[in-house]
Order: sequence, then C-alpha cells, then structure tokens
Amino acid sequence: MSLVLPVLLPLAAIPFLIAAGERHANRREAVSLAAGALLFLHLLRLAPAVFRGARPETRLFDFLPGIAFGFRLEPLGMLFALVAALLWIATTLYAIGYMRGHHEQHQTRFYTCFAIAISATMGAALARNLLTLFLFYELLTFSTVPLVTHHGTDEARRGGRTYLGILLGTSVAFLLPAILLAWHLAGTLDFTDGGILRGTAERPMLMLLLALFAFGIGKAALMPFHRWLPAAMVAPTPVSALLHAVAVVKVGVFTMLKVLVYIFGIDLLHELRLSDWLAYVAGFTLIAASLVAMFQDNLKRRLAYSTVSQLSYIVLGGAVATSAGALGAGMHIAMHAFGKITLFFCAGAIYVAAHKTRVSELDGLGRRMPFTFAAFALAALSIIGLPPGGGLWSKLLLALGTADSGHTLLLAALMISSLLNVAYLLPIPMRAFLAQPPQVQEHEDEAHPHGEAPLPSVIALCFTAACTVLLFLAPTPLYRALQGMVLTGGTP
Amino acid sequence: MITDHLPVLQVVIPLLAAPLCVVLRGSFAVRQFVKVVSGLTFLCSLLIFTHVTRHGAMGYELGGWQPPWGIEYRVDALNAFLLLIISGMAAVILPYGTRSILREIPREQHHLFLAIFLVCVAGLLGIAVTADIFNVFVFLEISALSSYALIGMGRSRRALTAAYQYLIMGTIGSTFLLIGIGLLYMKTGTLNMADLALRMPPPHESSTVIAAFAFLSVGVSIKLAVFPLHTWLPNAYTFAPSMVTAFLAATATKVSFYLLLRIVFTVFGVGFAFEAMHLQLLLPPLALAGIFVASTVAIFQTNIKRLLAFSSIAQIGYMVLGLSFGTATGLTAGIVHLFNHAVMKSSLFLAIGCVSFALGAVDLRAMRGLGRRMPFTMAAFLIGGLNLIGIPFTAGFVSKWYLILAALEQQRWFVAGFCLLSSLLAAVYIGRVVEAAYFHDPDPQLTARPVPRGMLAPLWLLTGASLFFGIFTSFPVGAAQRAALLLLGGAP
Amino acid sequence: MSPGLFNDWIVIFLMMTGFYTLITRGNLIKKLIGLGVFQVSVFMLYISMGKVEGGTAPILTEGVVHYSNPLPHVLILTAIVVGIATLAVGLALTVRIQEAYGTIEEDEIRELGGIE
Repeated sequence: MSLVLPVLLPLAAIPFLIAAGERHANRREAVSLAAGALLFLHLLRLAPAVFRGARPETRLFDFLPGIAFGFRLEPLGMLFALVAALLWIATTLYAIGYMRGHHEQHQTRFYTCFAIAISATMGAALARNLLTLFLFYELLTFSTVPLVTHHGTDEARRGGRTYLGILLGTSVAFLLPAILLAWHLAGTLDFTDGGILRGTAERPMLMLLLALFAFGIGKAALMPFHRWLPAAMVAPTPVSALLHAVAVVKVGVFTMLKVLVYIFGIDLLHELRLSDWLAYVAGFTLIAASLVAMFQDNLKRRLAYSTVSQLSYIVLGGAVATSAGALGAGMHIAMHAFGKITLFFCAGAIYVAAHKTRVSELDGLGRRMPFTFAAFALAALSIIGLPPGGGLWSKLLLALGTADSGHTLLLAALMISSLLNVAYLLPIPMRAFLAQPPQVQEHEDEAHPHGEAPLPSVIALCFTAACTVLLFLAPTPLYRALQGMVLTGGTP
Repeated sequence: MITDHLPVLQVVIPLLAAPLCVVLRGSFAVRQFVKVVSGLTFLCSLLIFTHVTRHGAMGYELGGWQPPWGIEYRVDALNAFLLLIISGMAAVILPYGTRSILREIPREQHHLFLAIFLVCVAGLLGIAVTADIFNVFVFLEISALSSYALIGMGRSRRALTAAYQYLIMGTIGSTFLLIGIGLLYMKTGTLNMADLALRMPPPHESSTVIAAFAFLSVGVSIKLAVFPLHTWLPNAYTFAPSMVTAFLAATATKVSFYLLLRIVFTVFGVGFAFEAMHLQLLLPPLALAGIFVASTVAIFQTNIKRLLAFSSIAQIGYMVLGLSFGTATGLTAGIVHLFNHAVMKSSLFLAIGCVSFALGAVDLRAMRGLGRRMPFTMAAFLIGGLNLIGIPFTAGFVSKWYLILAALEQQRWFVAGFCLLSSLLAAVYIGRVVEAAYFHDPDPQLTARPVPRGMLAPLWLLTGASLFFGIFTSFPVGAAQRAALLLLGGAP
Repeated sequence: MSPGLFNDWIVIFLMMTGFYTLITRGNLIKKLIGLGVFQVSVFMLYISMGKVEGGTAPILTEGVVHYSNPLPHVLILTAIVVGIATLAVGLALTVRIQEAYGTIEEDEIRELGGIE
C-alpha cells in the first residue's frame, strides 16, 4: 500500500480541489499544498531504505497475462519521485502568485490536471516494469494537453496539436512496438538490475530495438522530435515550469535511462557498442539546440531550447554506457530540474510583474526585481555547470563518463555546449542588472509601476534557487543514493 | 433442471416476446416490457457463461432428436462469450433506445419497432448458439430481414435506400452462404458443424469442398463488411435510428466474425484453410487495405455517424487480421477485439445518439462547443475515441497489444508497422471531432435540449466498461484465450 | 453432356441470369426480380441434390428400398419461406421509396440525393 500511495495521493486531492472550486480559492490551494507536502513526506520516509539498497516492490494485479501492474522502488526512480514531489510544492506555491496575479481563467481545471500529471509522474517513477511505465507515460501526455491549451487561443490550440501530435505519434509509432518487441524477445518487461535482453537477439535486432526506444521516447526531445517542447511553451508559466522543465521532459529522459540501465543493461550496451550512435545523436542535439537557443528572443522559447539541449546531456550520459556517465545522467535529472524550474519561475515572474516576454526588453529590470534576477543568475550558473551551482557535479560526472568511453568528439561537444550555455543564459541577468533601462518607455513604466512579482512566487523561486546552491555544497547524498543504480548491476 | 434448457431459452425468450410486443401495443407498456425481456435474456447468457466456464460445453437437442440428425444447440467457450456480448449489448442499448426512439420513431410504431428489434436480437443469438449450419442460415436471415426493416425506419428518407442497398447485398451474401452449405451437404451428407469437420474430405480430393469454402467465406465476408465488400455498411449505419446503429455496430458484424471463425476453424480446420487455401496470404492484404482505406476515408467525413461507420470497417479489418495469422495469439487478438470493439463502438454511437437527440444534427458543425454544452456526452465520446486509437488504460490498447504481438511472433514487421500507423489515422479522425467539441465556440443558433438520464446511464455504463476492461483485462483476455485454444483444437 | 449435370447447368444459367439482372437493372422492382431468380436457382440446386438414382418419393411404402433424400427438400422449404420474406421486405421498401422519392429508378433517386 505504501508504494501505491504516491500515485493515489495526488488523485485523492482532486475531489477536494473540485469541491472547493473557484469560490474557495484559498481552500483549493491549501489542498494542493497539503497533498504535495504529504506526498513529499511519504516519499522521504520510503527513501532511506531504497538508497541503502532495499528494493521494495508490489504487484497489484496482472495487467496482461505475465505482465504485472505494480511498483518497485529503486534509487533512480526514488530520486526522481522525490525531486518531482518537492518541486510540486514549490510550483503550487508559485502558481498561487502567478495565476492570481495574472487573473487566469479555469484555475480549478488547472490544479486538477496538474494533480493528475503529478500522479502520472509518480507512477512512471516507481513503475516496476516497462508497460506500467508506458501506461503512466501516456497518461501524462493526455493529462497535460488541457494544461498546454489552457488559454484556449488559436496559438494555444496549435501548440497543443503539435504537442499531442509529436508525443502521441512517437509513442504509438515507435515506443509501443519497442515495448512489444522487448516483450517478444525477453519474455519479461520487469526492470531488472543488469538488464533483461542479454543473449536474446543478435546485434542488429538490438540496435533496431534501441533506435525504436530512443525515438519512441518523444518526451526526451531528441532531435528531430524536439519540436513539441517549444510548441508547449504557450502554456501558463507554472505549467511550463513544472511540466516542461521537470515532470514531462524528465519522465522522458528518465524512461530513457531506465531502458538503457534496466532493460538493456550498461554492460550489454558497452560490450556490443549498441548505443554509440545514440550518444552522437544526443551530442548533435545538444549543440544544435544550444545554437538555436542563442537566437531566440522570446525568453520562454530560449529556455525551452535550453531544455532540449540539457536533456540530451542526460541521454548522452546513459548512451556512453559507463557507470560514471549513468551516474552523471541520474544526477543531472535532479540538478537540471532545480535549475530549470527556477529559470522558468523567473520568466513567469517577469511576465506577471513587468508583462515582458522578450530578452531584449529586460534591460535594467534587475533593479526593480533584484530577487528574481539573482535567482535567475544562480540557476543559470547551475545549468551551465559553474560554481556555486549543483550542475557542476553532474556535468563533471558526465564529462568523466564520456572520457571513460573514449569518445573525444563527444567530450568536445560537451565543452562547446557549456560555452554556448554561457553565451545564451548569462547575458539575461547581466542585461537586467547592468544595462540602462530604455528611456523611451519611461512614462509607460510610470503608468505601470511594478516591483517584484507576488510574494508566493518570489518565495518559490528563491527556494528553488537556494536548492541549486545547496546541491553544490552537499552533492554527496545524491551521489551515494544513485550509486546503487549502477553498482548492484555488477558494473565495475 | 432449467440449466439444461438454457441454450434454447436464450433464443426463445426474445423470439416469443416479439409477438407479445405487438399484442401489447401501448408505447409505454411495450417500452417497459422490452427492458424486462432484455434483462432476462442477459441473465440467461450470464448463467450459460458461468456454466460453460465451470463445466465445459453444453449441448441441447432440439425436439429430442439426436445430432447429427436433429438440430443441436451447442455452447462452448467461444459462443458463450459471444452470447454474453450480444445479450449484454441488448440489455444496455434497449433501455437507452426506449428514450431515444421518442424523437426518432412515431409513437404509434413503437411496439412494432421494438418487436422487430427483439426478433433481430433473437436471430443474432440464434446464429451464435446453434451447431447446425443450415440453422445458421435461417437465423442469419431472421436477423438480417429484421435489421433491413429497422434501418428502413430511420428518420431520413435516405434510410430507405440504405436499407434497400443492404437488402440486396445482404441477400446475395446469404444466398452465397446457402450455396456453400448445399455444396458441403452434397459432399458430406451432414449439417452439424462438428460432424461436418469429421467427414470433411481432404482438399485435394474434392473441388466441391473448395468451392463450398469459397462461397461460404465470401458470403460471410459480405455480412461482415470485409473490404471491399463493405459498401452497404456506411449508409446503413448513418441513416438508421441511433439505437439500431449502436446495436448493429456492436453485434451484427461481431456475429458475422464469429461465423467466419466457426467456418474457418471448426468446420474446415486450420490445415484446410491455411495450408490448402492460404488464408494467411489472402486475408492480410484485404484487412490492411480495409484498415487503411476506411480510416483515411473516415478522416474526410463530416457526418459523425458516417465517420464512425467507416471506422467500424477499419476495426473489422483488425479482427480479420487477427484471424489471418491462424495462431493462438492472433485469434486471441481477434476475439478480444471483437469484445472491446463492441463495447467501445456502441458507446461512441450512443454518445452520437445523445447528440442527435439534443440537437437533431450529427455533423461536425453541430459538434462545435459541445464539450461545454454536453460535458457528459462528449467526455464519453472522448474516452471512446481514445479506445479507438488504442491508448493505454483503455480496452482498445489491449486489442492492439495482442494484434501486434501476433504480428511480431510471425515476424511480419510490415503488418505490425501498419497497425501502428493506422492507429495514428484513428487519432486524426477522432481528433477532428474532439477539437470541434472542445476548442470551438458553439453555434448560438442551435439549441440543445437536455438529454435524459436514462440515455446517459447506458452510455456511461459502456464507457466505464471500456475503461474497466482496459485496466482489469483478465476477463476478456481470459475468455478470448480459452476460445482461441478451443478453435485451434486445444482444451475445450 | 451427361444427364446428371444437366440440372447443374440450368442452375448456373438461372443464377447468372438473376445476378446479371440484379447488377444491370436500375429499376428497383427489376432488381428484386433478379434477386428472386438468383435465389430460385439455389433452390433448384438443393432439390436436384436430393435425388437418388432409382429412388422414389420418400414415403414409406412396402417393397421399396430406395428413396430420394427428403432432407434437402425440407431445407429448401425453409429457404423458400426466407426468400418470400426477403422479397416482401424488399417490395415494402420499394413502396416506401416510391412514396418518399416519387420514383423507383435508381438514377433518378441518385439525382434526388438518395444514393451516393
């Protein structure tokens, strides 16, 4: 039961959310926060045992003959669930400020879909086998469509169509057959330490399978299936923040890591050199997306492309098939989550307070919104991989893992991309703090005098920014926790 | 013991109730009466199903004449399941229909309409229950003649021409069946299907048997609306009264599929059908072409009933595809889909029936903004649509899973890929309706009258079932697997 | 041509005549006539099938050993009933079509939007 609770808790909040409705907004948001807090505490209670090596599991019923529907905790999923739960609280806090400050419509629907999405994320994080994971993966896609199209405008509808089209298309056309093929070959879909596919098929077949997985997991935004991510940026910012910087995209790379580590097994990938091409595709994506990001003037779009690029770091970490790489990938899921959510929070805060969406309009804004831009700067450093941001550690491990595998070209790609990160992220806080505010807009600003965004939002973004620093100072628990992922598999 | 008489009661109850309807005359009395009758019929097949599952096949000798001379009713794992589907659908759709006909059929014709409906139910149940192949023909004609009349009672005058077209095609089909039966009798001197199988001469010895096989399979294919013999279906489904469309879509083609299974597997046997007649080469191209063409045509329809009718043709393709593999998994896929499609397609047609009841129109334009005006109906439609696409957590997913697994088992990559592609086509045609319903503003000129709960309850019962059987799959999958084994000559 | 196959040839001739009428005629009544001929040909197939050479009518009589097979005849009685019913429904539909469209010619109904 305690393993099912993470999935049920957010769902259990829904009746209360709907009952409270628009009229009792305070009560509604209190329910949301309380559910988040309960969820996080519950996960926190489960976590220590898992990180020490326990693998609690449950099977609820047989979904199909031989394939159970159930959950099994392991370090990677546990960590992911923890991060997502913590950030749900932060996002809810943030959303209170944002949605009210911005007078959004249909807030109850928003919170409801949000809760379903979190439940799906929990289900995916804790799934015991690939099919259970897939079920929640799809549930996540559908529960987030109403969030993406929240505004109901033509643009939102177009964005929603692209979003659904690519995610659904890839999962039905590639991921589903990949799962079926894996089931056909191995006769099981359970996530097993060391993988399940050893000795089941020849190399070409395994290559095909890997390709189906790699492009089927559209949520990992590997090029050429990355376009849904910028398209989804029409959503309200809290949605973009949690779902498209944390939940949805992370479920994508998380699934990818799960497949690489627990379905194929790092050893098998390494021995047959199955995933080299995938590493190169990821390498290409991370450079290309960084380049695109540089030329985006819309702040959220720039962040979206940055996400595409950072996701490929994680895929690359898994694909180089070394234990350091996999560890780094796992850590980067957490590091990037905290960093990117802060950046989105800031983008939303700027929008609510100053009604600005373009990078070129931000000149001098830092003096009016010091907390927001300070948080932005810290988070940006973490994403780039510079102190005092936690991203340093994960990127270091990723680089080490890549070096271990001997792909010098990829190592170079990582370095170049980090430089590009500097080039597209740092100018934003620099402009805000250092550049002179434009004179032309003087009296317009007088008409709309503004300072920081609403207080709950500022608290939320400061909290997540603080987390990135905290992760820089104390990364060891994270590292220890994830070691179980590669060590029990018997990898040196 | 009444248990011994269940097989015959199954047919006799609705058959005798039909003339009673005519005697009762009063619209209200008849409408209550048919609900009771459908309940009894369902109870009957429920008892048969549990009996067959526990104790194996049951037989009934009509008039005490021993088979193979007398007519025998025989219920095994396959047709017990089918009986349950038919009578279950009747029991759900009749209560719905007693409301929906208020707007579609003149009051003074209610008793006749419902009487014919019961005859149709009796005919379909008779096809399922009998073990005598000539008796099959008789029941087929009973159900067909009553369905021509039912379709002809649609509101638009085009219903008449649709019924006429169906009559011509249907009669050609059943006459082919009659020829096939005659040729078989000529060669074997028996009409009992089990006995036929024993006396069947090897194919190379008799061209008569081959001709019989051809006539029988083509005849059934017309009834089943296998591409390219489907031309009668779209018009018939489009212009029939809502409840008739829902019922026929759920049962009539399913019974024909059952008949095809019986003829191919029980009467002729796998060896004849697949090794001598090469069904595994003949059927897949037809099935795939049907799936592809019908799905594509469905995309361009503006009348939603017509759209769903074309989708039915495509779904029939899936079932035939499952059959064409001739393996246990393939047959399981076909039979599971028989069940799932009955549930999902009838729920979709019932939803459209509600729309027609409320607005008097069922074209795409009328669907605009219905997500807000008729939230319960459209939510049911949405879930039904997700079933058609085959999204996880819906019954449609289970069918698709088995179908693709069957294709992979035989290494038919192309077929597997095609199935996946076609579910994307389904996503497109369902997507168009959903988009109109949820993202367009309603036409202010159309006024929606409220839909009675008596119509929404059956709709949601079926919708709930399609979700329930998508999660707890053991009932349909178990029943289908038992039936598949039975057809392949395994355990009863 | 052996006498045994003579009936079969007639059956095939009738069947094709009926089928041809069914396909080529645009008049709904003529189509039904074609359908009727098509069905009748099958009845004949059954009836001639039941004939046993040297057998008499299947009525128990002393001194007779060979009887024709009565079963196909019985079967075809049922089929004839079915055929009549089909024809009746078809004609009823035709009457309704005449009322609704004012014509029973297929091409004219098509012009009125009754057939696609």
